[in-house]
Amino acid sequence: MTTRVTLNFDEILSSAREVYGTELRKMAEEGLEFAFTCSDNVAPSSTVGKFMADYPDRCFNVGIAEANQVGVSAGLALSGKVVFSQVFGPFLPLRAADQIHADIAYNDVPVRLIGTHAGVTSGGGPTHNVIADLAFYRAVPNLTIVCPADANQCARVVRESMVYPGPMVIRIARGAEPDVYADNDYEFKIGKAIKVKEGTDLTLIGTGSSVYWSFKAAEELAKQGIHARVLDMHTIKPFDEEAVLQAASETGCIVTVEDHSINGGLGGAVAELIAESSIPCRFKRIALPDEFCVLGEPDEVYRYYGMAPEGIAETVKDFLK
Amino acid sequence: MGNVDIELVTQLEDKAIDIRKDLCTYIYRIATAGHLGGELSMVDVAVALYYKYMNYDPTNPEMPDRDRLILSKGHCGETLYTIYSDLGMYTMDYMVEHFNTLATGKFSMHPNRKYIEAIEASTGSLGHGLPIATGLALGARMSGEKWRTFCILGDGELQEGTNWEAFMAAGQYQLGNLVAIVDKNDLQMSGNTANTVTVDPLDEKLKAFGWDVIEINGNDMREVCEALESLPESDPHVRRKPVCIISNTVKGAGVAFMENVVGWHAGSLSKEKLEEAIESIENTRKVRQ
Repeated sequence: MTTRVTLNFDEILSSAREVYGTELRKMAEEGLEFAFTCSDNVAPSSTVGKFMADYPDRCFNVGIAEANQVGVSAGLALSGKVVFSQVFGPFLPLRAADQIHADIAYNDVPVRLIGTHAGVTSGGGPTHNVIADLAFYRAVPNLTIVCPADANQCARVVRESMVYPGPMVIRIARGAEPDVYADNDYEFKIGKAIKVKEGTDLTLIGTGSSVYWSFKAAEELAKQGIHARVLDMHTIKPFDEEAVLQAASETGCIVTVEDHSINGGLGGAVAELIAESSIPCRFKRIALPDEFCVLGEPDEVYRYYGMAPEGIAETVKDFLK
Repeated sequence: MGNVDIELVTQLEDKAIDIRKDLCTYIYRIATAGHLGGELSMVDVAVALYYKYMNYDPTNPEMPDRDRLILSKGHCGETLYTIYSDLGMYTMDYMVEHFNTLATGKFSMHPNRKYIEAIEASTGSLGHGLPIATGLALGARMSGEKWRTFCILGDGELQEGTNWEAFMAAGQYQLGNLVAIVDKNDLQMSGNTANTVTVDPLDEKLKAFGWDVIEINGNDMREVCEALESLPESDPHVRRKPVCIISNTVKGAGVAFMENVVGWHAGSLSKEKLEEAIESIENTRKVRQ
C-alpha cells in the first residue's frame, strides 16, 4: 500500500536548520526538558541562534571543537538530558569519530547529532563535503541514522527523537531544499520507509535530498512510459529491509540515489540486502564516485555526476534497455 | 589546609593498603595483564574519594544526588573494581568469574557502565573523560543540582588534544562543580612523559586555561585529604574556576619492585610475584608505624 502523500511540485524551498530550530523552541515552550550544544556553528540570526539566546541555561557553545562538543553532549546526556547537538557536518563523522563511537554510541545515550551540510551541499570543495559519513555511521552499533527528506520531516524527527531510545544522527543539507511533502499529514515512523510513488517497472530509493530528485526523475520517466516506484528511505539504520525486499520482488529492479560516496551508504545497504536474499533483482547505484569531487555549486556537481533528476532518468533508461 | 583529622588519615591509609593488596590479588586471579603501574599510583586518591569525600552510597549507586566520578584513564578500571568489591558491591569471586568471560562478562580491562552499576561512563579511549565530565557538570548546573563531578586523568593522557578543548570550555563556563584530578606519575607506556611529549609546566598551563590548581603528593594521604577538604562547596549557581588537583604520584606505588619501572605500565602476576607484592605493600604499613 502506498502511503498517501501530498507532493509539492512548486519547489518551495525550506531550510531544515530553520524549521527544526522553530520546533526546538516549541518543544521548550511546551516544557520538554532537553539541552543543546554547538561548536560555534550556529548563526545568531537563525532560529536556532535565537533559541540559544532565549534559553541560555540549556544551550552550550563549546567553541570550535567538534570532538569536545560530542563528548560534552555525552556527559549532558549522562546527567539525564536528551541532547540536541548541531555540528558542522564536514567535521562531525571524521573528526569526532571516536567520540561518536565511544562516548555516544557505546555509552548508548540520547544525543541527537544534527550534522549539517550533508553531501556536497556546502559547495566548499572536498574538505567541506560529507561523503563518507553514512559508511562510518552504519558500522557503529546502537546508532540510529536518519536523513530527513525535507525540512518539515526533519522537525518531525527532532520531536519524535525526544522519546526514541539511544543515540541518533540526523543528516541534513546546508540550507534551502525543495519541500517533498506539502504538509505533515502523512504517516512517519523512524525506521519505516515511505512509498511516495507507486510503480511496477523499477524502484528508485532515495534518502535525504535525493528523495526529491528521485521523484522528479520518476515523473520524467512516467512521461516515457516507465513507471518507477519511489521510496523515501529516511532511516538508514534501523534499515527497513521489508520495504526493499518487497520492492525487489515486486519491481525486479532497484536504483539507489544518494548524496554520498558510492561506497558504503544507502546503495551499499541495499546491495548487501539484495545479495543475501534469494530474490532476483537488477540493481544500480547512483552516487558520488570514489574520487574527491569536482569543484562547483551543488547543482552543477549533481548534474556533472548524473545525480540531478534528468541524469537519474537517463541512467535508468539506459539500464533498463 | 592542615586541619585534617589524623585518625581519618590513618584509616584511609589502612584502606589504601588493603585495596592495593586486593588489587594485586585480583590481577593475579584473573591471570591477565592489568595496568598495575597506573592502577597503584591512583589508589590513594580513589580511596579518599569513595570512602570519605564523594557523596556516594554503595547500596544505592544510582542515588540521584550522588557525586559522579569519570575515570578518563579507563585502562585503570581494576582499581575501581577492587574498591567496589571492598564496598560490598561485588565479591572478589564474582569479579573474577565475570572477568572477560564470553557469556557472562561484566568486568573487563576498560569499564562498561551497562554492566557495572557504579561506573558512570564507559571509557577506555584516552582523552574522553574530561569532555564527558564537563557535560555532566553543565547538566548539574542546568538542573540546579549540587552534586559534583570528579574526573581522574593520567598525565600521559594529557597529550590527547580533546583534554585541552575541555579544559578551555570548562574554564570558560566557570564550572566550579567540576574537579579534575591528574594522576601525574610521570611515566607512560614507553618511558618518561617528559622525554616523550612533556605536559609540563602543567600548573601554569592549567591556570592559563582558567583553572585553579592544587598540587599535592598524591601518595600521601594527608595531602590528598587536605586537597579534597579544601574544595569549596559545590553550588550550581555559583560560577567560579574549576579545580584541578595535580596529584604527583609514583607509578606502581606501594610495590617496591614496580615503583617507577616503565615495564610495569601493564603486566600480570605470578604466584611468587603476588606474594612479593603483598609483602612489599604490607611493609609500607610497617614503615609508617
